[in-house]
Amino acid sequence: MKILVAVKRVIDYNVQIRVKEDGTGVVTDNVKMSTNPPDDNAIEEAVKIKESGKATEVIAVTIGEEKAQETVRKALAVGADRGIHVKAEGVIEPLAVSKILQKIADKEKPDLVFMGKQAIDDDCNQTGQMLSALLDWPQATFASKIDVKDGKLEVVREIDEGLETIEINTPAIVTCDLRLNEPRYASLPNIMKAKKKPIEQMSASDLGIDIAPKIQQIKVEEPPKRKAGIKVSSVAELVQKLKNEAKVI
Amino acid sequence: MSVLLIVEHNNKELKSFTLNAVTAASLIDSDVHALVIGNNCGDAAKAASELPLVKKVITVEAAHYENFLAENFAPVVTKLADNYSHIVCSANTFGKNLMPRIAAKLDTSQVSDIIKVESSDTFVRPIYAGNAFATVKSTDTKKCITIRPTSFDPCESSGGSAPIETAEAGEEFSLTKFIKREEIKSDRPELGTARVVVSGGRGMQSGDNFKLITSIADKLNAAIGASRAAVDAGYISNDHQVGQTGKVVVPDLYIAVGISGAIQHLAGMKESKVIVAINKDGEAPIFSVADYGLEADLFEALPQFLEELNKLNTIQK
Repeated sequence: MKILVAVKRVIDYNVQIRVKEDGTGVVTDNVKMSTNPPDDNAIEEAVKIKESGKATEVIAVTIGEEKAQETVRKALAVGADRGIHVKAEGVIEPLAVSKILQKIADKEKPDLVFMGKQAIDDDCNQTGQMLSALLDWPQATFASKIDVKDGKLEVVREIDEGLETIEINTPAIVTCDLRLNEPRYASLPNIMKAKKKPIEQMSASDLGIDIAPKIQQIKVEEPPKRKAGIKVSSVAELVQKLKNEAKVI
Repeated sequence: MSVLLIVEHNNKELKSFTLNAVTAASLIDSDVHALVIGNNCGDAAKAASELPLVKKVITVEAAHYENFLAENFAPVVTKLADNYSHIVCSANTFGKNLMPRIAAKLDTSQVSDIIKVESSDTFVRPIYAGNAFATVKSTDTKKCITIRPTSFDPCESSGGSAPIETAEAGEEFSLTKFIKREEIKSDRPELGTARVVVSGGRGMQSGDNFKLITSIADKLNAAIGASRAAVDAGYISNDHQVGQTGKVVVPDLYIAVGISGAIQHLAGMKESKVIVAINKDGEAPIFSVADYGLEADLFEALPQFLEELNKLNTIQK
């Protein structure tokens, strides 16, 4: 069984986002970048399945500028076997990403495609579902538990009401929740080894995919600031304020 | 052109956020049609027809729509899509799962989680966990949009009498099978729509200690929330998580207890009208969004809080 895992390079989750003064986006210069957190869970799960003997190969794929390769390199350092880097500049919308991944899936013929359920930069939560639609494959989104069975997967999904369990036939798409597993750290020897693993490079145009955005970004601005609050010195004062000042209890 | 609103329901009743989605849909175009896909969902269709903002209800029924699988729902929507300029749904786990499958089939770039309708093609949506708001314009002829329910008021739920039509069901997608759903039943208000939310974080130290939160919530008729750290630690189930990858809540009063206030948590609650933070670390980021901050040990503060609430006799229900 072959597992393809899509990873995205995003601003690190710990970075305090700053909006550019000209309203064209957020500041990315000299800002720490990392792998989108739930994509780390996707890689971890794929590597765990391979370690259990149920998969033979894990391929990490990313789409983006030259530096996006770092995310593939990191995936290789925690156990992926080889990488694919589709070079593309600028904003690549989930629809274009899913079309590129469709081409890769056509070529690589994976049994499973894993990715994070949402990227923490654009917060779109679309790519996995779109790829499933384009391939006409089953989709298991927001997965917090995966059981690999013969030709099938049993997946527990986190939904608003609680948990849902579905069974999907492979090939299939799974989008991963942060609670799926605990991603491992790469050891130094594995980081060194990863440098020798192959990363195939290509461009979106090599694949014949038009990545021109269909959504125009008019402006990006800071959300309205909250009025500064106060510290209260006791529980009694807090309750009095909530009752008489804020009038919410 | 008209707006097709995909109704979220449980085959009997409308899910409450459908009312918010109808409001958002009506801001795009007044000709709102509600699509109810389900199994024996006549009651839900009738409830949709009573929403005054809905001009027409379309029901599509079959046994394989019983459990709302996106693989079965998406073809129903794409088949009806020709008649509509916009397809709209709530950005909760139902809509997030379904809408991109529709959008990709229609070769449309979806606009996710909008918080404001500027015009029929221009919308405002939060990005980076709500740390920036982007105004975006869709250039697709057909637009697929999910709306953040808490950013739109619920519409009137009675007084309307829209005609109900039926449309033909599609085939079953045989490669995905529903097994079970474990819903956590509670007599409390729903987290997404509660007037008061009391949330606990890692500072609670154990699931057992959430009893302290429960007793306050009982007193205030509040829903119970949690940070991701508390859910990850197993103190409480995932349906309570508030934040970037959990639920977004906008209650009149949000009480954060033992929650440090990571930006991912703030993303889910910082639009609340009044925020209270109780934390023993005076430097915790949660205080930066709190209207009222109490620097205290929660294990002392919560019992006192309950005692003070018991002294009041004017608790609103």
